[in-house]
Amino acid sequence: MGLQLKSQVDAAIRAHGAETYPNECCGALIGRAGIVTQTLALPNMTDEGPRRRFLVTPNDYREAERRAGEVGGELLGFYHSHPDHPAQPSRYDLDHAWPYFSYVIVSVREGVSADMTSWRLREDRSAFDQEDLSS
Amino acid sequence: MPNTIHIPTPLRPFTDKQESVDVNGATVGELLADLTKKYEGLRKHLYAEDGRLRNFVNIYLNDEDIRYLQREKTPVKPGDSLSIVPSVAGGAPTAPADRVGAGLQTRPEASAVDLTADEIKRYSRHLIMPEVGVDGQKKLKAGSVLCIGAGGLGSPAAMYLAAAGVGRIGIVDFDVVDFSNLQRQLLHGTSDVGRSKLASAKDRLRDLNPHIEIDTYETTVTSDNALDLFKPYDVILDGTDNFPTRYLVNDACVLTGKPNAYGSIFRFEGQASVFATKDGPCYRCLYPEPPPPGLVPSCAEGGVLGVLPGIIGVIQATEAIKLILGVGEPLIGRFLIYDALKMRFRELKLRKDPDCPVCGTHPTVTKLIDYEQFCGIRPEPAAAQQTGAAVSEWETTSVDLKKRVDAGDDVLILDVREPNEYQICRIPGSVLIPLGELPRRYAELPKDKDIVAHCKMGGRSAKAQEFLQSVGFKRVKNLKGGILDWIDKVDPAQPKY
Repeated sequence: MGLQLKSQVDAAIRAHGAETYPNECCGALIGRAGIVTQTLALPNMTDEGPRRRFLVTPNDYREAERRAGEVGGELLGFYHSHPDHPAQPSRYDLDHAWPYFSYVIVSVREGVSADMTSWRLREDRSAFDQEDLSS
Repeated sequence: MPNTIHIPTPLRPFTDKQESVDVNGATVGELLADLTKKYEGLRKHLYAEDGRLRNFVNIYLNDEDIRYLQREKTPVKPGDSLSIVPSVAGGAPTAPADRVGAGLQTRPEASAVDLTADEIKRYSRHLIMPEVGVDGQKKLKAGSVLCIGAGGLGSPAAMYLAAAGVGRIGIVDFDVVDFSNLQRQLLHGTSDVGRSKLASAKDRLRDLNPHIEIDTYETTVTSDNALDLFKPYDVILDGTDNFPTRYLVNDACVLTGKPNAYGSIFRFEGQASVFATKDGPCYRCLYPEPPPPGLVPSCAEGGVLGVLPGIIGVIQATEAIKLILGVGEPLIGRFLIYDALKMRFRELKLRKDPDCPVCGTHPTVTKLIDYEQFCGIRPEPAAAQQTGAAVSEWETTSVDLKKRVDAGDDVLILDVREPNEYQICRIPGSVLIPLGELPRRYAELPKDKDIVAHCKMGGRSAKAQEFLQSVGFKRVKNLKGGILDWIDKVDPAQPKY
């Protein structure tokens, strides 16, 4: 099973990552049946240092679910950026991951968006498995 | 009348895709218990192993976060509805070991290793601490540390890393165990004297923990081999005793992106830090330039309290383990100074230098350089060192000196070591003036006589020879190899140190 990003979605995630660099960006992935048709950029509300962390608050989460329902889709997951780090999930990502969601990570190198990957939490929470990402 | 719980998208696969579920109970906790009883698969996503709600799981009673009510004890009334609302959090790795997933290619990932029954028994004191636990112990097993040197610092560090279950320990050393090592290098025992340090270290570590891999590299770390040596390891542990290697290890750590668990010792004082992490300073941010050669004596010249490397090496091992586990506050950006005489630790704050030539924003050192030259040390031709053939006009050898003494030549032998070294061994008839006292005492020496200056190995006496020449002594020579060479070649009955 993989995740497909519509080309404007791919571009929007990259642009968001470059815009917030050197801080992490975050946002919701909305679509249906494994195809992301739109994103919802969300504010990074972490208080642990936005260069290395992101946080989507419960309120913003609810807004994302509401928006997904509005457009007749569902919430497929979230994206965030890793400024100057590889597009690989961290221990912290794993500890905070929700099942079922796709976690798209874009690596932003010196302000320029580079690799993008997508990950899903394994059923027993022990690790992430990478999923195919197409656009 | 049941209450309703709203289920967020990621948890619906566990509730037969239902967006809301009816549950019974008198408190929030009871409603959640009823929910997880009906849908067991939810439990591990809502609750951590310790039975508490995960901190990114938010429960709202109607529109109020239960954290601001009575948490799970909050009573519920008929008609109240409960919502499970995710916080979504994550972020980039803060330490190399913080990375999970497909990052580490040369070794198993922590999730891919298992602990055997023997290992579970062995590591039980780790396993019962939540900060380590089974997951942490697997990280240690999947982790690897390269120890540069199997000496004073490398000994305690490697032993504790091995005992702690770090899965792979590499050791780089080329030396042979000497009696003078045994006062502090606990990897090696009396019966190991004369053996290679690597062979001795391997035996000791294997005995401490047969479950780990031990890689040995019988070589010095050089600009040619450092990057290849470092690449397969997660953390580099610098236990070197000289500046060229220290700068080399630092630069190679920055270039390969490996954190450097650093330590150094001298006499009664030790230092430790963690250098070369992604956002932290490196050794060059602290010391951009090496000290002039000879200014800072080595432990062989200045001595070291035997227990001191025990303390500093164990601090290095602690930091390496913390980095692998991803717990606690590493010594990044902090420089720890330990004074054994006062029994005090001090801490200096270090900042990453944006102008650092290696780890700054515009690095000028992008590959490994000649560190002997960088530290102002002239490499001696290896052949000359081995045969002892090349002796400059300002040097003499132990054998020649002995011949002159035996022939009754009027040679003044000047010992520039410290009085406590003089107590251990001395060349008969020598005059003791420690190097530091020479500038105010040189008038005690005759200018019309041949003088042969010596120290332990030839370094300090070379400086004495230069100094005396500069103040008008024309007949001073340096004893090549110092008193150690004299004892080897001329007077083996005397003790070496």
